[in-house]
Amino acid sequence: MTAAQAMSFHTGDVPTPDIVILTHHLTREYQMGAEVVHALRGVDIQIKKNEFVAVMGPSGSGKSTLMNLIGCLDTPTNGEYWLNSQKVSDLSDDELARIRNKEIGFVFQTFNLLPRADALHNVELPLIYAGIGAKDRRDRAARSLQQVGLGDRMDHRPNELSGGQRQRVAIARALVNQPSILLADEPTGNLDSATGSEIMALFHELHDTGQTIVLVTHEHDIAAHARRQIHLLDGKLERDERTEATT
Amino acid sequence: MLLGEIFQVALQAIRANKLRSFLTMLGIIIGVGAVITMVALGSGAQKAVQARLEALGPTLLSIYPGQSFRGGIAIDFGQRVSLTVDDADSLAAYARHVKAVVPELTRNQQIKRGGTNANVNIVGTTPNYPAVKNFTVTAGRMFTAGEDEGRRRLAVLGSAIPDMFNANPAGMIGQEIQIRGIPFEIIGVLSSKGSAAGFGNPDEQILIPLQTARYRIMGTDRLRTITVDAASVSQMTLTMIEIERVLRREHKIRPGGENDFQIRNQSDILATFQDTAKTFTYLLAGIATVSLIVGGIGIMNIMLVSVTERTREIGVRKALGATRFNILFQFLVEALVLCLAGGVIGILLGSFGAVALSRLAHWNTSINLLAIVVAFFFSALVGLFFGIWPARRAAALDPIVALRYE
Ligand SMILES: Nc1ncnc2c1ncn2[C@@H]1O[C@H](COP(=O)(O)OP(=O)(O)OP(=O)(O)O)[C@@H](O)[C@H]1O
Ligand SMILES: [Mg+2]
Repeated sequence: MTAAQAMSFHTGDVPTPDIVILTHHLTREYQMGAEVVHALRGVDIQIKKNEFVAVMGPSGSGKSTLMNLIGCLDTPTNGEYWLNSQKVSDLSDDELARIRNKEIGFVFQTFNLLPRADALHNVELPLIYAGIGAKDRRDRAARSLQQVGLGDRMDHRPNELSGGQRQRVAIARALVNQPSILLADEPTGNLDSATGSEIMALFHELHDTGQTIVLVTHEHDIAAHARRQIHLLDGKLERDERTEATT
Repeated sequence: MLLGEIFQVALQAIRANKLRSFLTMLGIIIGVGAVITMVALGSGAQKAVQARLEALGPTLLSIYPGQSFRGGIAIDFGQRVSLTVDDADSLAAYARHVKAVVPELTRNQQIKRGGTNANVNIVGTTPNYPAVKNFTVTAGRMFTAGEDEGRRRLAVLGSAIPDMFNANPAGMIGQEIQIRGIPFEIIGVLSSKGSAAGFGNPDEQILIPLQTARYRIMGTDRLRTITVDAASVSQMTLTMIEIERVLRREHKIRPGGENDFQIRNQSDILATFQDTAKTFTYLLAGIATVSLIVGGIGIMNIMLVSVTERTREIGVRKALGATRFNILFQFLVEALVLCLAGGVIGILLGSFGAVALSRLAHWNTSINLLAIVVAFFFSALVGLFFGIWPARRAAALDPIVALRYE
């Protein structure tokens, strides 16, 4: 195990092109009535292309908050967030929507598929908002489903699929627009351990094809799949270490 | 985002809750349907009146007894406020711009033939009545001036009368009909004006000689109206002035005194009717507005429910790259589709109602294209107006909050 060595970054700098994600003193506070909840208290992270990072930490330590910020679903209270050398932290709503669509593939613990749409249509959604024509869209969605091993389940609705299959559909959907990062917030949290292992194997395959992956998990054996582990504690970066691959 | 997808999503959402969508549309359907039917009735009536007036010919003037009470109530000073047979004779004798004068001594009377009774208007008039009022005698003949002078008991039937007794027109010629218990010989049947059934239908009257009516049936010489055929269309005003002069002299009205009769030409009558029609139109517009607002509130209500129900879906779509505008547009289209579908169904039902009324109840209806177009645009407007707020709420949702929504 070695501590990951981050290059020092200062306000006013621009990150080097090999850095996909860079956060600088990233802060997120929630106002709860009169009280302020400090979910993130200044986090500095740099993630390079084709890294496989596990974010760990106890419940309430700010993992989901960090993922939502990286996924452009949320905006920081303070600090900077750079994605592919573009400063995201002060973009407009519509520009954020475009980045979520083009640059980010998000996989949720609860799958978040549209219940009334079949697998193919669910995977098509990001392409629809990208303005891609119907035929092209269907081809690409079908290819993405084949990639996750669901080529024969394209016309099934979510309630006709097992939990593992649903999560595969969600992964196919996250990948269909060829995002620069794949984010997953406890993707195996709602699955049994055998199905969870299958999903992790899929993440490995994706990593091997060059995909940059950031994954949140509670479980050490899942985190062990990743080559780098970031530990959060109480909204702060506690440890950032690299390990050799175990599988 | 592609338009086809947006419509597909809207239709899918509407179809997913068929009953609810239908009940939501019902407000719009009923509002639009009622308006279309009522407008069809209104324009049908207007067309019938216009057709009746046009059938009379543009040179006809009608003279009625009594003061015109424009803007108030006429006060009877005990003067003679009636038109008499003598007035008609004077007009025929002294008014030079008048081609023909038709006095009408009209009362509602009971008629009887065989075992069948009916009440119709009996019109005592002169032999020129059919020619001036644009009727033809389809069977038999009109009575002559000599027969009028001789107070003969002869009757010429309006075209709807034979039907009342289930007889064919030609077969009735030469037969007897009792008017107020007095037997008359049927000598002719008039052509049909083919207009609205109901009060004052010219097809449901019986013509008898004026003198017969005056002395044998009504016992009065007070006319309900005198119809005058002016010599030329270009001299209508002159003719009216002349009639006024003759009648004022006959009625011995001093200079400055009010006329105790009214002369109306077609455009006056039409204007009166159009005033009524305008009131009717405002009333309709009021009803339409209220019902569309009520329908619109229903739509807004359901759209708000729909936005709440689909909060997670909105979150997912936003997480996958939908912009505010995409979401706004999606829900707006949904409201619009609901309203337009309601509007179209309402238009169809309303038109169907109008056709049914004319077929079954024989009311004059005329389906108004302008009303249909206006109804369509109004339902679209209602959709936009009442759909925008729920749609904005949906668009403004924060992606994370929406994704966490239970
Ligand atoms: N919308 C919110 N409003 C107020 N406080 C919030 C909100 N979201 C998160 N928090 C608070 O921020 C802190 C970090 O929450 P976060 O969800 O990031 O934790 P987590 O590490 O993902 O925990 P878990 O492992 O249970 O998912 C917690 O104390 C939480 O209560
Ligand atoms: Mg979490």
